[in-house]
Amino acid sequence: MIEVNTAGEVWVFAEQHAGTLEDTPIELMSKGRELADILKVPLAAVMLGDSCRDLVDLLAHYGADKVYLAEHPLLEHYQATSYAKVINDLIHKHKPQIVLYGATPCGRDLAPRVASAVKAGLTADCTDLQIGNHEVTKTGKVYENLLFQIRPAFGGNIIATIINFDRWPQMATVREGVMPMPEPDTHRKAKVIKEKVTLSQEDLALEILRQQRQERKVNLKASRIIVAGGAGVGSRENFKQIWDLAHCLGGAPGATRAAVDLGFIDRDHQVGQTGTTVRPSLYIAAGISGAIQHQAGMSESQKIIAINNDPDAPIFNIAHYKILGDLNEVVPKMIKAIKEKV
Amino acid sequence: MSYKCVVLVKQVPDTKRITGQAMNADGTVNRAALPAIFNPEDLNALELALQIKDRFGGHVTVMTMGLPAASEVLRQALYRGADEAILITDRRCAASDTLATSYILNCAVRKLDYDIVLCGRQAIDGDTAQVGPQAAEKLGIAQITYVEELLDLKGDMITAKRNIGNGWQEVRAKLPILLTVIDEANEPRVASAKRMMKYKKARTPAELADKSGTKILEEKGLLIKQWDLDFLDADLRWCGRDGSPTKVHRIQSVVLTAKETKDVVPTQEALNAMVHELIVDHTIG
Repeated sequence: MIEVNTAGEVWVFAEQHAGTLEDTPIELMSKGRELADILKVPLAAVMLGDSCRDLVDLLAHYGADKVYLAEHPLLEHYQATSYAKVINDLIHKHKPQIVLYGATPCGRDLAPRVASAVKAGLTADCTDLQIGNHEVTKTGKVYENLLFQIRPAFGGNIIATIINFDRWPQMATVREGVMPMPEPDTHRKAKVIKEKVTLSQEDLALEILRQQRQERKVNLKASRIIVAGGAGVGSRENFKQIWDLAHCLGGAPGATRAAVDLGFIDRDHQVGQTGTTVRPSLYIAAGISGAIQHQAGMSESQKIIAINNDPDAPIFNIAHYKILGDLNEVVPKMIKAIKEKV
Repeated sequence: MSYKCVVLVKQVPDTKRITGQAMNADGTVNRAALPAIFNPEDLNALELALQIKDRFGGHVTVMTMGLPAASEVLRQALYRGADEAILITDRRCAASDTLATSYILNCAVRKLDYDIVLCGRQAIDGDTAQVGPQAAEKLGIAQITYVEELLDLKGDMITAKRNIGNGWQEVRAKLPILLTVIDEANEPRVASAKRMMKYKKARTPAELADKSGTKILEEKGLLIKQWDLDFLDADLRWCGRDGSPTKVHRIQSVVLTAKETKDVVPTQEALNAMVHELIVDHTIG
């Protein structure tokens, strides 16, 4: 751990693979910018890789004041041990007060390894971050300008605000899709600090034999309208109705974990705590009872239409439009209404 | 070559079945109202360890840190095929965050001779997925997270396929190693009736009214070992509340409600009107 250092910077881990920046660090830039401005400290991106310098400008456009660039041939492919070693060294060298990572599979592999090495705290899967004060009830001591790390726990049934007032840096992983993407400002420039990296083959614990990254078949995060189906849709064949309604609205088809587990649709379409978090203009939930785990991924939608034949379905509690009825009758009628009106 | 596996498991409240009584009026969780279960992905980790034993031979030790009642998940692991069970319980473990928990588990694993440490990707109460990688770091070994398939084990080399969210990766590493296992990896076996008959009598020393029974249980292979922090030689500065950098500032219960709910009857006219409204306010179109 490092000492409490209120002049320390705010850092965002700039996750990139093969020269492409992930969405999450860009989303984190907007929140990181906000935190850094409140704390009146610089916002820095930390990027590791091999010849990824081209991404520096992009990080500047999205809000970074500084970019710590650690380039080395052995950092070409991400792996936990080598990346954690480099970040651990950088944290000890520059003493940031906050370090944020995307809660991507990579971020969730890396951040705990770093936290353990630094012996600092880490809060997983935050959905919001704020700056605030904390008073210790027993002693009355007030810690000012701490990072409030806000996350759902207990399967989404509670929202916990976590703090770390003595063993810094304050670190958190942040869920994909919960922070809005900032608008790039192409005039912004960042100061680049090249970091010397000393790594040997022994620092690479894994030998990566083969890998495949495919584009997600659907980009739920970017969809203004999502039509999602749950177990109540009944079958993969019947899920066609969800696709049809999504198509005529220009939206994307989504699903609950139950529908995915039942094989109605691919996992790429899953919305919820273990899937994608979405905040579309319109979310249509058909045959979805509304388990808290699902609600955790869509309750921020601006408008929610729920179609269910169970009057007690919890989804109705958060719906703006409540349609009590059989989705097999309602969905075709909605398609008809849209085709005739639009 | 046979392999010694240690499986880290957790007893968790069944957060998927939370009902009205599970939340207290002040927003805190009424743990008493929730059934305690074997963390689902830890069952996948146990299954993978048992498959390794079935294929290559070896020994499976299952370990949990928790209240004395957590011995129940250890018995369930014995029913499924684990060879040995260890409960780490100590009041000084209370309020441990993931960093302190991984430190304590690391102290316990170091007491054992092992090749592979396995755990579920994450527990359904906290969903952090942090204890696995942190325990690996504390043990000074590598980690393969999100394992969906064990491809090969040969000598001291392991090859596994891991899920990387938008794809997959096949990696090879040297043992010892820590694996975190996802639910797609396998279908956990059910308890064997024969083993259940035998191990339902398995107890920790604390669960025995008469301490003289300990020796008899041990002879019968029915003793669940119970370790405390003194036995682990744990440095108390890294355990429990003192060892936990993260603290809770506030807990709020989730009450999600829409500002205004409109009832729409499922007739064509009413649905037309709803669609019209959404077009007018630019939600669609």
